[in-house]
Amino acid sequence: MRKREKIIKVLLLACGVVSVLTTFGIIWILLSEASVFFKTVSIKEFLTSDQWTPLFADKHFGILPLLAGTVLTSGIAILVALPFGLTIAIYLNEYAPKQLRKVVKPMLEILAAVPTVVYGYFALTFVTPLMQTVLPSLSGFNALSPGIVMGIMIIPLISSLSEDALYAVPKSLREASYGMGATRFQTAFRVLVPAALSGITVSVLLAISRAMGETMIVAIAAGQQPRLTFDPTVPIETITTYIVQVSMGDVERGTIEYQTIFAAGLALFGLTFLLNNISFWIKKKFTRKYE
Amino acid sequence: MAEKSKMVEKESLIAENVNVFYGDNHVIKNVSIVMPENSITAFIGPSGCGKSTFLRLYNRMNDYIEGFRKDGSIIFNGKEIYSKDIQLEELRKKIGMVFQKPNPFPKTVYENIVYGLRIQGVKDKALLDEVVESTLKKVFLWGEVKDQLKKSALALSGGQQQRLCIARTLAVEPSILLMDEPTSALDPISTAKLEELVFELKKTLTVVIVTHNMQQAARISDKTAFFYMGELKEFSPTKQMFTNPKEEITQNYITGRFG
Repeated sequence: MRKREKIIKVLLLACGVVSVLTTFGIIWILLSEASVFFKTVSIKEFLTSDQWTPLFADKHFGILPLLAGTVLTSGIAILVALPFGLTIAIYLNEYAPKQLRKVVKPMLEILAAVPTVVYGYFALTFVTPLMQTVLPSLSGFNALSPGIVMGIMIIPLISSLSEDALYAVPKSLREASYGMGATRFQTAFRVLVPAALSGITVSVLLAISRAMGETMIVAIAAGQQPRLTFDPTVPIETITTYIVQVSMGDVERGTIEYQTIFAAGLALFGLTFLLNNISFWIKKKFTRKYE
Repeated sequence: MAEKSKMVEKESLIAENVNVFYGDNHVIKNVSIVMPENSITAFIGPSGCGKSTFLRLYNRMNDYIEGFRKDGSIIFNGKEIYSKDIQLEELRKKIGMVFQKPNPFPKTVYENIVYGLRIQGVKDKALLDEVVESTLKKVFLWGEVKDQLKKSALALSGGQQQRLCIARTLAVEPSILLMDEPTSALDPISTAKLEELVFELKKTLTVVIVTHNMQQAARISDKTAFFYMGELKEFSPTKQMFTNPKEEITQNYITGRFG
């Protein structure tokens, strides 16, 4: 019996170690491959050049156009997801009967389980044509539609985590507000949301980092034209799309073109890593402990 | 007869044959009580006797509890407070409540006080400032916090927080103040201050206070209601109840034979 316990313990530890090692492995590969890249291209050029054309004869290695594409699509996504997600969270927490909450929450989470390739084609073949009826100048590939669709995809992330945060606000604060003659609406927006703000912020940051890392939707519907713009109606390229483009196989391994994806990947990793850490820090620092 | 009806007119908070159920649990059994104005009434009784539940009927705080049901009537200023055409928000502005544990909002001292006015749409800065000062003075807190109005209310001590919560309630000028064991989380000095404050308050409003502390009931209340197992066993002037109770069970409780 004792022996079995020991074996189980070792196995469990091994599982944990594997995931940690994988993370370090990824960071190691990113750093080492990117360091090769930065031997040829200066960090200064990487961060400041406004063109990204590694696959052309006239090569430029400025990450800014890809970064702009990523920030733009994620920004649109969060503009869609935040109002919907927060409204849903408040509705479920303050207004919905308990039974409805039990049914709706898991249903919403299904949104996050839809394969992203489906979302991608939804953006390309449905949302873009639909938007074109309103915005005739919208090109077939653009940042707007995948941004909106990514927003829909991350709604459950925001609604679910925000609802948890609202749920954690102590009943005594609700009672205090009702007792003062506040309506449900006033209680939600003046007391509950401010009290749950750290949790809501964390949900938004995690949603942004999820959107930034999203690949399929933007690869399908946003185009492959790195350009430094915040115009949502023209084709752009995100960091993730570029990595897909190069990884498809046309580019020879070991070349500078090939190394670019590690530099781009490192930039993306750095960004999401930063966001995740900020949200972790906010969670730790601002989560009030109510007795 | 004539005298009695005149008295009832003057009283503004009347409960008649009230029963409360939580699901199948019959927690308040046929209670009738008339709250005297500008006085302090204490609700006493052992844990689970229904005194808090009964208090929370007056501002309909039990409405949020699942399975809550009541019959009988509670009349406030001539109107049944459980009727459909009552404005719940208006009712709660008139019947304020202070809770067992201090529950200031995680906002500044200032914003806590003006919360009730803000939700009514008051924007006049001068008026808000004035209300903050006057209500904080009423609860003897002005001197202690006048330099910390912009600081978080959570930074105050427990006793200060509870007085802040009272000030917050007073800011909307209720005519009745319900207090649900307001000193149970406080130290003796804070408790003494709060009792002194409650005593002051009865000049302008009607106070109903639930307490498990019989000395407290004896010290501050004018009339005392003794609840036992969901029934109102005795409702008498406090002095009489503590010196010469009518019921044997009251006698047993206040002398500490059970509870």
